[in-house]
Amino acid sequence: MPLPDLPVQGRADTFVPTRPRAARRLPSFGVGRRNLVGALSLFGLFVLWWVLTTGTGIVTPYRFPSPAEFQGALDQFVTDGYAGGVLWVQAWHSTRLVLMGFAVAVVTGVPLGLLMGVSPRAEALLNPAFLLVRPIPPLAWIPLAIVWLGLGDAAKVLVIWFAAFVPSVINTWTGVRGVDRTLIAAARVHGAGRWRLLTEVIIPGAMPMIFTGLRLSLQASWTTLVAAELVGAFFGLGRVLDAAYRDINPPMIAVAMVVVGILGAATTQLLSQAERRLILWRA
Amino acid sequence: MARLNPLERWALTLLGTIGFFAIWHGLAVSALLPRNTLPSPGAVLATAWQLTVEPFAGHTLPQHLAASLGRFGMGFGLAALVGVPLGLAMGRWRLLDDIVSPVFEMLRFVAPLAWVPFAALWFGTGIGGPVMVIFAGAFPPCLINAYRGAKLVEPRIVEAAQVLGASGLRIMAEVLLPGSLPSIVAGLRVSAGLAWQSLIGAELIVASAGIGYVMVQAQSNLAPAIVMAGMLAVGVIGLTLDVALRRTEALVKARWGQA
Repeated sequence: MPLPDLPVQGRADTFVPTRPRAARRLPSFGVGRRNLVGALSLFGLFVLWWVLTTGTGIVTPYRFPSPAEFQGALDQFVTDGYAGGVLWVQAWHSTRLVLMGFAVAVVTGVPLGLLMGVSPRAEALLNPAFLLVRPIPPLAWIPLAIVWLGLGDAAKVLVIWFAAFVPSVINTWTGVRGVDRTLIAAARVHGAGRWRLLTEVIIPGAMPMIFTGLRLSLQASWTTLVAAELVGAFFGLGRVLDAAYRDINPPMIAVAMVVVGILGAATTQLLSQAERRLILWRA
Repeated sequence: MARLNPLERWALTLLGTIGFFAIWHGLAVSALLPRNTLPSPGAVLATAWQLTVEPFAGHTLPQHLAASLGRFGMGFGLAALVGVPLGLAMGRWRLLDDIVSPVFEMLRFVAPLAWVPFAALWFGTGIGGPVMVIFAGAFPPCLINAYRGAKLVEPRIVEAAQVLGASGLRIMAEVLLPGSLPSIVAGLRVSAGLAWQSLIGAELIVASAGIGYVMVQAQSNLAPAIVMAGMLAVGVIGLTLDVALRRTEALVKARWGQA
């Protein structure tokens, strides 16, 4: 598991383990033992999947689809569509809602976080409302959004906004408060005005935390959208999941889950790319 | 960034709190919103109070909460019982780490709520299905934090135990577990929050009792006051769980933390 923020701690080289660990004996073929074992593990999982569903039939099709059924459902979804649209249409519908809700949350949340970080007055004034609303999980807003706005897109964007707003605000706020006071004082001494202080010291300094917040917001957006579409929707991947569940169509459930996972991973990846560009440019 | 004097801070906080409820109440009683959209804070409290005695969707509010908390306990407990030992073992044995990590990383991208259809299909919509969804939500932080904790345990201590002839299981239980306890408890707190959230999601979609079910029934009855009473209950329980686990975390840090 890649954990970049873990301090490196090598094992003492002088110590000889009583049993040579199995891991050391595997050949690496120049791709790195970790990657090789990882690939073998995923391959093993695939074989296990095939054996359980196709080879032996221990797992019946009503429990979990076989690879062939999965492929069939994918083909059907791509060519004929399911629950009112083909794969691209449904995927784009969901992605668009996530991006809209996420964008609204970022555009409102980051400035609010900046304001609360910079001004103790604003912080004292706004914090109570925040503390009161925060314990309510974003998913609990779904029924209220449906009562207010119905099953259409507006309710989804509202719920995603609620879900993604809180991490944006909190992390921006924490990031601003974590900016080195000496830097701020130094900029002041050199005659930086409020605006320059904000744009050239505080925002760049808070940028890593802001991006942490954005990543959490994006994850929350996907989770919330899937839940909201499962509760009630006309289109989208959550709707596909729901329809497949009602039709007892496990292959289609699996396809929809995989598509949701890939889209979530892809948008997270895009955000990391943006982060790398932006922070490099600042530095 | 000037510091506020305590009096001004206190006054502003009070103003913020009053302002929040005043705006809410004002919006609720004004003619700006269509009728039956936003109940006033008082109406929500009154509804919540009424629900404690009057059954809605088959049970009273405390009974629904008890059903939800039971599922929460099972899902969360299961996630901790599987996630923590697996995380510790992965931190101890690299081969296991290399085998499990790619599968785990792959599954982690699937939102917990996307498991709802399979959970309902495999374990039904009563207790098993929601418990599996909670498990899917609560499992990752349990595993990750136990793993990180085990990695941070001083290797020399592990080796000392090995030299003295402790078996793998004993090392896990008596060296790695206490050594990584602060990290594990921090993970459990995150995981409890996610579990509670996943539970609400699961109950909104498939359940026949529980607080999420109350909210979704109220939604179909177009009863925003009951929906908001449900949100209030969810918020209060979530906050209580969080505070309790924060306390535990502080206690554990004081007792087992590596300074």
